[in-house]
Amino acid sequence: GEKLVLSELLQPIRPKSALSSVKKELNRVKQKKAVELPLSKEEAQRVVREAAYVGTSKDVGKWQQVVLQNRRAEQLVFPLKQEIATVVPLEQVASTWKPRTPLEQEIFGLLHKTQQPTVDPLLTPEETASLQAMSLEEARQRRAELQKARALQSYYEAKARREKRIKSKKYHRVLKKSKRRKALKEFEQLHKSDPEAALAKLEELEQLRMQERMSLKHQNKGKWARSRAIMAKYDLEARKAMQEQLARNKELMQKVRVELPEEEEEAGDMPEKDLASVTIPMGASGANPWMLGKPTGPAEEPQVEEGLGDVAVPGAAERKEEEEEEVVSEEEALLQDFAQKRHTRQQWAERPEGRGADETEAIPELLGDSPIRPVCDEEQASLGMEQPSPAQEETLLSEQLNRVQTMEDVEALASEEHVEEREKPAAARAKKRVQQQEEGRAGDKRAKKTPAKKKKIISLQAVLSGKPQEVPCASLPLVVEEEDGGVDQRGVITEAFAGDDVVADFRREKRKAEQAAKPQPVNLVLPGWGEWGGTGLKPSTKKVKRFLLKPPPAPPRKDQHLPHVIMSERRNIHAAAHQVNELPFPFEKHQQFEQSIRMPLGSTWNTQRAFQKLTTPRVVTRAGHIIQPISAEDV
Amino acid sequence: VPRNYDPLLHPFEVPREYTRALNATKLERVFAKPFLSSLDGHRDGVNCMAKHPKSLSTVLSGACDGEVKIWNLTKHQCIRTIQAHEGFVRGMCARFCGTSFFTVGDDKTVKQWKMESPEYGEEEEPIHTILGKTVFTGIDHHWKEAVFATCGHQVDIWDEQRTSPMCSLTWGFDSISSVKFNPIETYLLGSCASDRNIVLYDMRKSTPLKKVILNMRTNTLCWNPMEAFIFTAANEDYNLYTFDMRYLESPVMVHMDHVSAVLDVDYSPTGKEFVSASFDKSVRIFPVDKGRSREVYHTKRMQHVITVKWTSDNKYILCGSDEMNIRLWKANASEKLGVLAPREKAAMNYNQKLKEKFQYHPKIRRIAQHRHLPRSIFCQIKEQRIMREARRRKELNRRKHSKPGSVPFVSERKKHIVAVVK
Repeated sequence: GEKLVLSELLQPIRPKSALSSVKKELNRVKQKKAVELPLSKEEAQRVVREAAYVGTSKDVGKWQQVVLQNRRAEQLVFPLKQEIATVVPLEQVASTWKPRTPLEQEIFGLLHKTQQPTVDPLLTPEETASLQAMSLEEARQRRAELQKARALQSYYEAKARREKRIKSKKYHRVLKKSKRRKALKEFEQLHKSDPEAALAKLEELEQLRMQERMSLKHQNKGKWARSRAIMAKYDLEARKAMQEQLARNKELMQKVRVELPEEEEEAGDMPEKDLASVTIPMGASGANPWMLGKPTGPAEEPQVEEGLGDVAVPGAAERKEEEEEEVVSEEEALLQDFAQKRHTRQQWAERPEGRGADETEAIPELLGDSPIRPVCDEEQASLGMEQPSPAQEETLLSEQLNRVQTMEDVEALASEEHVEEREKPAAARAKKRVQQQEEGRAGDKRAKKTPAKKKKIISLQAVLSGKPQEVPCASLPLVVEEEDGGVDQRGVITEAFAGDDVVADFRREKRKAEQAAKPQPVNLVLPGWGEWGGTGLKPSTKKVKRFLLKPPPAPPRKDQHLPHVIMSERRNIHAAAHQVNELPFPFEKHQQFEQSIRMPLGSTWNTQRAFQKLTTPRVVTRAGHIIQPISAEDV
Repeated sequence: VPRNYDPLLHPFEVPREYTRALNATKLERVFAKPFLSSLDGHRDGVNCMAKHPKSLSTVLSGACDGEVKIWNLTKHQCIRTIQAHEGFVRGMCARFCGTSFFTVGDDKTVKQWKMESPEYGEEEEPIHTILGKTVFTGIDHHWKEAVFATCGHQVDIWDEQRTSPMCSLTWGFDSISSVKFNPIETYLLGSCASDRNIVLYDMRKSTPLKKVILNMRTNTLCWNPMEAFIFTAANEDYNLYTFDMRYLESPVMVHMDHVSAVLDVDYSPTGKEFVSASFDKSVRIFPVDKGRSREVYHTKRMQHVITVKWTSDNKYILCGSDEMNIRLWKANASEKLGVLAPREKAAMNYNQKLKEKFQYHPKIRRIAQHRHLPRSIFCQIKEQRIMREARRRKELNRRKHSKPGSVPFVSERKKHIVAVVK
């Protein structure tokens, strides 16, 4: 072995040499791999750009929410930040202005020679005096007092008004009773304390009682009494109550005056003295829906009980009415349906298939009910194979060489046919072809049909020619004529349209329409071929049988179960010109679009508030206001 | 006034409203008289215009002979004329506070002018003049700070107080035709160069951000004043492209209707529409979200429209054209000018809604869309329609007769983008 030397043991105690750290560094460097080459300038710039772009995009992306919100906003009012215009006082403006030209300077010099105070005009002596007349403290106090007084007065007034307005009879009764009781109590107290005054008060009360006696309070003029009077005929108790009341009256009125109670008058007053000959319309007149607002019980209307039961309705007349009703009951039902239909038509909604229900109203109906004409699906599928390129999206403007300047021009434009084939993509053209085919087919059909029937209107001639018939009628008392105008007018109308049997006309019309819509057989029989021909010779039945082509039966009519409707399935070209062909872009379903059209906007159909809400513009700007770009403060 | 709204009493809502809508549309067309006046006085074509940021009645214009005019729009008068440059006035912009304005010209100078006319006996002189090394082709001022940017061979950003640029931004070497500050995120800049690209810059990091190369050269661009990341570029290929700066791969919308190069574009201050001026002698108004224009303005005497501005109250449009005139148009052709009574206003709103409601009905659409065009434009449109159709048919045929998938469908939006460079 080796020997241990002291000097060796002491070595680690000595301070480290400066080289050791260098050595360590060297070791570390040896372990590390080589540093990559620095990026080329282009590469480095690219990295910087990319980083900057990502950062900036993120910054700008903060506006996303605001932008979306503004795009969807129901209404945007610009400028977004409403600034209040400040008016600079004239003195300030005047002080900043300086004369420049020699002329201006001269004028300015002249003006300023007189030392007229232009800034802050002085107060007149009166004004200063009035300012000093009352101290501020005093004025304030006085004002507070006045304010309080006014407030109290207003409270009191409000309370009084409120109490006065209470309608409850019971409340008032109780109030009255409590007042009376209070008065009695007071009177008793008075009696004890001051007999003189009490006597005077007694006198007063006596006076009051007399007044009441003289009043007609216990005669049968009150509401209650009158109702009893009506009931008295049938109800024993009512009669008794009546009697009691009268007795009371007698009791109260010492001087008995003999007079008949009113109810007897009523009963006896209606003699059958004049059997009025009143003209009433015959036939279906009573049931004519055009004459009546309400569909039900039209005939009874004039005989509605008059409040007091003045009119006693003779039974005979009623019976007669009933008979009549039974006769018309059938028509009645039909007409009720009619009225109902009218009602539903107002709401358009439920039946899109109710299109073209009535010939006379075909155009509006078509417009309203289904603004989109359904296109035949299978035909479209067979023809439409080409897709329009996005380049040919629909233009917003149709640019022409001619100017439109007057109303006549515009109208001419409206009536003009669409000349859009040139730009329309092939698909559209295909569609058009389909339409043409359809039209051709329809035209063929139409040619075979009987000429279209005319519109049915209520003609003045027909109305005037129908004479009202005179019928002796005991049922209607004269009182009716004195009634308010409503019933009377209705009578006049029924009279005027007496001869106009709308229902029968309608049924006839419907029958005609049904006949016309039936497919007609095609007769291809040629006389003379294969047999003898000549005048007076008819083709044989065998031949006729062979060459008469019977068309397949038409599908069942849509209105076959609706007695009050005529549905024409013919396409109305006049209406079609106004209709929308294709579903417009933002809408996805026909129903959506129809819904949007159905909702009226005008103030004719909407309340003022709703009208304003419906017609608010999307963007509101004000003339003369500068609109600044949006900034972070606006949001 | 108490009224009975029972629907039974007011039948035929839809037909009646339809008639009203039809009448409203007709009247709109009859009253559509957009041209208000022409401001004449320049002795050469109007090359650029600038709006006054604080005054609606003031507008500035620069002509091709180096003359700058300041106009009063209410009086339709020129209130001041300055011979600002030798050669073209290439660009001009007003300072955000409205006290001064800057012009750049062909004589390699940037000049700052006072907005007020010089006092009596004072010379018409610029406040500052900066002499540059190269020609400046455009200028725009920062919306909030005393900083402006010019473009030429590179985009320079200047401090108003210094005569040398704060920084110069370049990406390749080319002449840049226009530079615009973003009005909302004011550190953003957009520029378009003649090598067909649009470049975005960030002023804070003094670096370009991204470059998009289109098929043809972009003449100018304009940022949407209400939507920070949207800008529209007016291109030589007759179209305008609206981009979202976060997704430059394809434009948000391609606006076509012009039949010649689009030279200028300006947004309405509401950010809902923009107006474009074209070499085809017409001005068109586009809704931002529609590919087609809603309005076209032209007159017999108006030549190539070089510059266009939408006034900051959203009511008028100004266009400067080759034949030395500035024309004032209504932004809404049939709008009634002046104060409206409340009833008039209500009726107007109602009519507007009716027109909107029934806009798809053929008769109404036909009337509402009708516009008169001069024969030249009309014929060009027809010609281009035929060309487009032929191209489409050819592509269709090629697709039909080649291997499925080898001729891909390229959407209209992607068609015009060549590349996006990071």
